[in-house]
Amino acid sequence: MKNIRNFCIIAHIDHGKSTLADRLLDYTETISEREKKEQVLDDMDLERERGITIKSHAIQMIYKREAHNRNESFVLNLIDTPGHVDFSYEVSRSIAACEGALLIVDATQGIQAQTISNLYLAIDHDLEIIPVLNKMDLDNAMPEDVKDQIVDLIGCDREDIIEASGKTGYGVDKILDAIVERIPSPTGDPDAPLQALIFDSVFNSYRGIIAYFRIFNGRISKGDLVKFVATGKEYEADEIGVLKLGLQSKKTLAAGDVGYIISGIKTSKEVKVGDTVTHVKNPCSEAISGFEHVKPMVFAGIYPVDADDYEELRASMEKLQLNDASLTFEPESSAALGFGFRCGFLGLLHMEIIQERLDREFDMDVITTVPNVSYKAYTTKGVMTEVHNPSGLPDQNLLDHIEEPYIHAQIISKSDYVGPIMNLCIDRRGELKNQVYLTSDRVEITFELPLAEIVFDFYDKLKSISKGYASFDYHVVGYKPAKLVRLDILLNGERVDALSTLIHSANAYQFGRRMCEKLKELIPRQQFDVAIQAAIGAKIIARETVKAVRKDVTAKCYGGDITRKRKLLEKQKKGKKRMRQVGNVEVPQSAFLAVLKLD
Amino acid sequence: MAGLYVHIPFCRQKCHYCNFYSVASGKFRDETIDAIVNELEIRKDYLGGERLNTVYFGGGTPSLFAPGKIQEIILKADKLFGIVPGAEITLEANPEDIGSTWLDALKSTSVNRLSIGVQSFNNADLRYLGRIHTAEKAESAVRLALEKGFENLSVDLIFGIPASDDKIWESNILKVLQYNIRHLSAYALTVEPGTALRLFIRKGKYQPVDEDQAAGQFEMLMSRMKQAGYDHYEISNFCLPGHCSKHNTSYWTGDKYLGVGPAAHSYDGNSRQWNVANLKKYIEAVEKNEPLSEKETLTGTQKYNEYVMTALRTMWGIDLEKVKNEFGEDFYLHLIKEAKPFENNQHLLKKNQRILLLTDRGKLFADKISSALFWND
Ligand SMILES: Nc1nc2c(ncn2[C@@H]2O[C@H](COP(=O)(O)OP(=O)(O)OP(=O)(O)O)[C@@H](O)[C@H]2O)c(=O)[nH]1
Ligand code: SF4
Ligand SMILES: [Mg+2]
Repeated sequence: MKNIRNFCIIAHIDHGKSTLADRLLDYTETISEREKKEQVLDDMDLERERGITIKSHAIQMIYKREAHNRNESFVLNLIDTPGHVDFSYEVSRSIAACEGALLIVDATQGIQAQTISNLYLAIDHDLEIIPVLNKMDLDNAMPEDVKDQIVDLIGCDREDIIEASGKTGYGVDKILDAIVERIPSPTGDPDAPLQALIFDSVFNSYRGIIAYFRIFNGRISKGDLVKFVATGKEYEADEIGVLKLGLQSKKTLAAGDVGYIISGIKTSKEVKVGDTVTHVKNPCSEAISGFEHVKPMVFAGIYPVDADDYEELRASMEKLQLNDASLTFEPESSAALGFGFRCGFLGLLHMEIIQERLDREFDMDVITTVPNVSYKAYTTKGVMTEVHNPSGLPDQNLLDHIEEPYIHAQIISKSDYVGPIMNLCIDRRGELKNQVYLTSDRVEITFELPLAEIVFDFYDKLKSISKGYASFDYHVVGYKPAKLVRLDILLNGERVDALSTLIHSANAYQFGRRMCEKLKELIPRQQFDVAIQAAIGAKIIARETVKAVRKDVTAKCYGGDITRKRKLLEKQKKGKKRMRQVGNVEVPQSAFLAVLKLD
Repeated sequence: MAGLYVHIPFCRQKCHYCNFYSVASGKFRDETIDAIVNELEIRKDYLGGERLNTVYFGGGTPSLFAPGKIQEIILKADKLFGIVPGAEITLEANPEDIGSTWLDALKSTSVNRLSIGVQSFNNADLRYLGRIHTAEKAESAVRLALEKGFENLSVDLIFGIPASDDKIWESNILKVLQYNIRHLSAYALTVEPGTALRLFIRKGKYQPVDEDQAAGQFEMLMSRMKQAGYDHYEISNFCLPGHCSKHNTSYWTGDKYLGVGPAAHSYDGNSRQWNVANLKKYIEAVEKNEPLSEKETLTGTQKYNEYVMTALRTMWGIDLEKVKNEFGEDFYLHLIKEAKPFENNQHLLKKNQRILLLTDRGKLFADKISSALFWND
């Protein structure tokens, strides 16, 4: 055990975690020449296309070195983590399996918002922090300034900071030595009863459910009869092993090891990330304290495009949940969209990723509705209900008041942009809480803001007004009463439940008008005029009309036209399948996300 | 029943809206005709021994060629396939080519039906369309053809021209009625990719096409032609009873046809082929006896979809019994179910015993309806 080191790589988004992981893998010859590619650990198509890490990825390396006049060999379990704020749950789970963390800071960018938030997560778990100054190969690296920032932030010695480049491999040897020398080896008793923490799970269509664990005490062997403490279910360990680029099976794993187990688990409900695995005979006396349950704060409806696919959608979501413990869903129905699910997400990027994964990995065509935050509605009788969907709001005359979630937002920026950033936050009903100069030209601003105000386009706006310099992190701090009204959209007089939104009353009129204008662009002309109205209660506050189409017929359909024409109409038919019928109006999918497209 | 289509890919000048395969140069004219004759020879077994009920010379501008040349092709086709007595043999002709001498020469060939590309009897329209003939020439061509005994006459007209108006369109219809022309093909102006028209509109030189105007003029057309006793036998085709184009009708009834010449399409009952749309490549391929077409073999679904799409456009409609027998119960039930809303709520379709037909209003939405009736695999 003294030759094992478990560590994760944490940083702000894009500071080079996955690239540096590549260099560590190269140096330790963990992957073959043939398997090599940039950010090799980002193995989901979506990760590769977007160039970001979405899921944590664990991999084992063997590091051999000559030191103190003898050859040493270490088992290094590395976990690469995502940097985007929506995926911080991935980071916190990875941290629970480790004793140390490489904190990567981009030498051209310096400390950013998620550098700080991820650092705090690691410190909370008593991880040994190794600060790494990355991208030193770039001309605009500012090593001295950034080192000042790091020293200020974590109070380390300047010499503790390792200069490196994920591009050239510079500093990688020093990083590996620091991992071995500074990160403590795992503690724990291999002879005690088995106690292993499940920190992740994936679904593999060939192998079924694969759970990743970190053993804190005891040992596990292939064929052992094991029990999952939280679910109480028992299984035989059909296969255990360690995580290389693929799975590598082993006979036995012991305290300190990170590995996987395949045990014939059939349904996703049986695996809870954060659960403890122990032996049926001689179980451990207590479970490892798992993870705080993440509470999704952004909700949206997901409906199958084809109503017949409802059950399949449920099965797909269950499988997805295995790979992504932060996803929640419950059945809901909508007059406009039929049967579907209300899903909870950690943020908008998370929502987008889930929708894309449903499409790619499960071939599920879905309609996503406008996201909203979770509200607390109090009735006049004093009963509180959590509302995840505007149309689930109690009746106006029963409603006493509504509360909405508030966040603390930390924004780090060049001081030049403080003015516009302040304006943006105040515009979004924010209240300034704190403002500290980190250095003479870098400032950290803390605002309290309604979560609903940052869900949509806050981050994009922030980036554009700060020319990309501002970074942003947030956490929810609680609920506050708000003057919210429900804004409904009517199509030819019929309310479209999936288009209702809760909105601050001061913004309702303008919002209603823009919604109507946007919907006018998105709803195709039909055989009759379509009236688009925005209403608060019975009061219509805005209106637009989509004029009727007069004609939809091709002039020529002779021998040479038939093939082309047929293909065109077949394509239209497919497109139409994606339309929803609201009363007599056909509404394209894109309309259900109209709110996101308002400019 | 089988047809032969001969594509003559030459024109004097390209019209603004045209996306047919034709070139405005004089190069390769003779070589192309030779190649067409050779292609007939090469593909003589295509129709599986069926004789020709119809022959159609389209283009391009077949009237660019001396009628004698056309007759050579007809004779060759007769030799190879056999043309049934009384077969319909149509030639497309442009007004600028139609003079007494030419008509006399044509009289001595086997061509027995003439289709004149009039497009409009209004000079402003013709300029807009980029046609090279004048309104006067168009009218005199029609008169002359009738005088020379081509009673089996069709004219093409175009409506929905943004620079034009309902009055001009009405006068165009009235001209057809005035001459008692048996057959009219009337097309809504369509902006096709790669055409000058599209470019002009994009650059703002021309106004964009106005669907509402086109719809209004189509309605006017339907009502005028109905009043005058014409059958509206296909979306864009009208005829006095008994005078529909047999050749074009065969496209909509799923008959076999062989198409020769560059870019020509063929159908053998199971697959569709289209020849390469390039003069030089076409000629070379024929010379070397190499394949000159691409091919798509139709699945059952595709055949059904094509049947629905084409039959719905005609006054004979979709034969429900035929659907049941040829495509099976599933397709039949699907069709009945999908057709319902169009019958009941919108009155775009009507059922006449075993026939499903577009109503007059439905004719404005034929595409939307047929795509709804399609089967999606
Ligand atoms: N020049 C230079 N570019 C680097 C270096 N490290 C990473 N990059 C580039 O920075 C970008 C982000 O690198 P990643 O490794 O994907 O960053 P990450 O921190 O894993 O990003 P997330 O996982 O999405 O948070 C990529 O374009 C890399 O090629 C470096 O040392 N030098
Ligand atoms: S005459 Fe006919 S084929 Fe030739 S360019 Fe004009 S429209 Fe096209
Ligand atoms: Mg990454």
